[in-house]
Amino acid sequence: MTDTPQQPALRLQGIVKTFPGVRALDGVDFEVMPGEVHALLGENGAGKSTLMKVLAGMYQPDEGQIMIAERPVRMTTPIEAKAQGVVLIHQELSLVPEMSAAENIYLGELPLKSLGRVDWTTLFDRSNAILKRLNCKFRGEVTVANLSIANQQMVEIARALTVDARVVVFDEPTASLTDSEKVVLFDIINDLKARGVGIVYISHRMDEIFTLSDRITVLRDGAYRGTLTTADTNEDEVTRLMIGRSLDLSRDVNPPKLGDTVLEVRGLSCAPLFENVSFAVRAGEVLGFYGLVGAGRTEIAETLFGLRSPDSGEILVDGAPVQISSPQSAISLGISLVPENRKEQGLVLQMSCRDNITLPQVQDLTSGPFVSSGAEMEIYEQYREKLEIKSPSWRQTVGVLSGGNQQKIVIGKWLSMKPRVLIVDEPTRGIDVGSKSEIHNLLRELAAQGYAVIVISSEMPEVLRVSDRIVAMYHGRIMREFSADDVTEDSLVQAISGIRAENAA
Amino acid sequence: MSNPTDFNPVRWLMRNPIWGFVLIVFIFFSLVSDHFFDYRNFQNILVQTSTIGLIALGMTLVMINGNIDLSVGAILALAAAFAVDVQSWAMFATWGNWQILPAVCLALLVGIVLGALNGFIVWKTGVDAFIVTLGAMLGIRGLVFVYTGEQSFYAMNFAYSDFSALSVGPLPVLAIIFLLCTLAVHWVLSRTAHGRNTYAVGGNREAAVNAGIRVGPHMMVNFMIIGFLAALSGVLLSTQMGAATPNLGRDYELWVITAVVLGGTKLTGGKGDIIGTFGGVLAIGILRNGMNLMQVPAFYVYVILGSILIAVLFLDKRFNRTADGGLRL
Repeated sequence: MTDTPQQPALRLQGIVKTFPGVRALDGVDFEVMPGEVHALLGENGAGKSTLMKVLAGMYQPDEGQIMIAERPVRMTTPIEAKAQGVVLIHQELSLVPEMSAAENIYLGELPLKSLGRVDWTTLFDRSNAILKRLNCKFRGEVTVANLSIANQQMVEIARALTVDARVVVFDEPTASLTDSEKVVLFDIINDLKARGVGIVYISHRMDEIFTLSDRITVLRDGAYRGTLTTADTNEDEVTRLMIGRSLDLSRDVNPPKLGDTVLEVRGLSCAPLFENVSFAVRAGEVLGFYGLVGAGRTEIAETLFGLRSPDSGEILVDGAPVQISSPQSAISLGISLVPENRKEQGLVLQMSCRDNITLPQVQDLTSGPFVSSGAEMEIYEQYREKLEIKSPSWRQTVGVLSGGNQQKIVIGKWLSMKPRVLIVDEPTRGIDVGSKSEIHNLLRELAAQGYAVIVISSEMPEVLRVSDRIVAMYHGRIMREFSADDVTEDSLVQAISGIRAENAA
Repeated sequence: MSNPTDFNPVRWLMRNPIWGFVLIVFIFFSLVSDHFFDYRNFQNILVQTSTIGLIALGMTLVMINGNIDLSVGAILALAAAFAVDVQSWAMFATWGNWQILPAVCLALLVGIVLGALNGFIVWKTGVDAFIVTLGAMLGIRGLVFVYTGEQSFYAMNFAYSDFSALSVGPLPVLAIIFLLCTLAVHWVLSRTAHGRNTYAVGGNREAAVNAGIRVGPHMMVNFMIIGFLAALSGVLLSTQMGAATPNLGRDYELWVITAVVLGGTKLTGGKGDIIGTFGGVLAIGILRNGMNLMQVPAFYVYVILGSILIAVLFLDKRFNRTADGGLRL
């Protein structure tokens, strides 16, 4: 890299992009210097993804200019963008699972011999060189489907390094990574930075942004809201720019009005996913499940919801042992599950807001043979108001709503079934900061209304904020149970990393 | 989002491009052919399309479910063979015209049972419906040949073949049956809980399971509905011919799928409706009828239909693209 007076590796000027009925980007300015990590922040729908797609050549801006090393460029495809040195690392992994890591790294650009034959030697040599640079412990020959999510992400990153990248865009890279995997990723980002690559880093997670970035640019409603130097700002200021108001992050300290034990689990096992799990949850409290990805939390939830059958152990509802063999029986016992991936497991994206909410009970909302539209509207309106769901109309397909509103639809769907126990798996995954605290308040409020709430989360601040008690899990076992008063971040981290506290209660 | 009461015809046509096409071919043939715009010809078109149309109704349900049924042509043939053969069984010899009743009932039952079997296998084995019903298509067609000994069955009771010539007022009975079934399936799909679940299961099977919908039995019901409709179609076709041939209904699955896809139903499931399917069925019916009247050789119908299938789906993609734009290949 040259050390002439620094000129931006990439500069966007006055970018405007409209879609029918929406001004997705409204004159956005953005620049990245070589060797800088520039974070891009904004709530869902603020225009981050659109901006990135403009950058990567997937969209053409209606107005404005893209400059690379101060030369205006036009990029009409991702391949062209890559040739200019702009590489996007997608939020959702876009790998071909059946192919080897090496083939994925060079997908579309496989080194060739004569007659169009693939030059396997060169392919594997080059990919292994890149993987080594990334400190990866696997080789290019391995099939992607056999890699962990974190390693798959490494393949995605390796893909970016096949060209001499000037700018690498990371779109929510840590969404599916564990804490230790994050450390590796951050090392790689710092390494790229040291080589003079400009990094655009998109994330919802404030802590990451403050550890990594040099500058922060905030978008709101498709418009540029300002650029801050990370060292001179704080989370409050950034949040205010992002959502246009301050956030209330305090936890309400009112002691919960506890009711009877609604759900109790004794010695539940489903090898090898979880073993000898016992806990109880009472009406009016939030029980948090904290642990690393793969600790068995989601699987316990799935067992309670009848999606898995346990090997042994007892489940008691209101003190009476029950068999939960299917979601139907779970629902009839008053147990509801808001699943981890709302798009894959919770919502029918092409269906309207109303129809998604009434989905589990539509067969009971009939007058004669037909579904009663009136009864459906009543339920929809009730939960739209109660959960403050923002949607232009009941007919809006849920696919286009923001993550926060989608999550509220799923929660509304289950509340409308009048459950006793509400299990919420990763309540705020992929949801922006503003809506996050709304969801947190909602969960607290639901407990106050007498629901027994179980929250599964991989985010420590979240568990600490919403839970009355916290169960820490490690490798399918409950390591320790904390009450909100005696929990500390240190003890929690120890518990979920398998370090058994000496004075475990 | 628009209000349900403000109906915008242009918008509606953009969402249902097939009806635009129906309108165009209708006007085209009315202008170029002397015989097309004629009340009796319209009756003809309805009767001719009823065979494929009935099955297309069931196929719409199955395809919105994210499944497909390739065995409909074979089910049609087997049901037709039963309907024609059973009425001449010795045990019904003294029943007079009533001998037709057990024959038709049995034929329809065969359709329902075969549909149930398709659905049951898809449910319990988790094998893709395409494969299951491909197997069923071959197997059932084989049974038809075994059953008929490669011969055609002829209806001895003339009341049976006269049925297809009956009319109620201005409408032929076959057209009435088709229209009533269309209305019934439209209601099931758009207004009942079963219909709602059909969209949910096809739109996101996992979410449907999580919502407590019993997905397996649900899909089986739709396979039974299409089995019934295929059998009904077979019975009606055999009344028109007064006979059942072992090759009856060959390639019908392709015509039916073409009609349903023309009508905007997605192969991937979750999307589609009966209004579109009805348009798709009419489009094929009018095209075949009109070209026949103009004495265009039948092969051209295939060429034109094939081109139109691609054109209509292209238009659908153009008009109904999401803000996301989809991938440029």
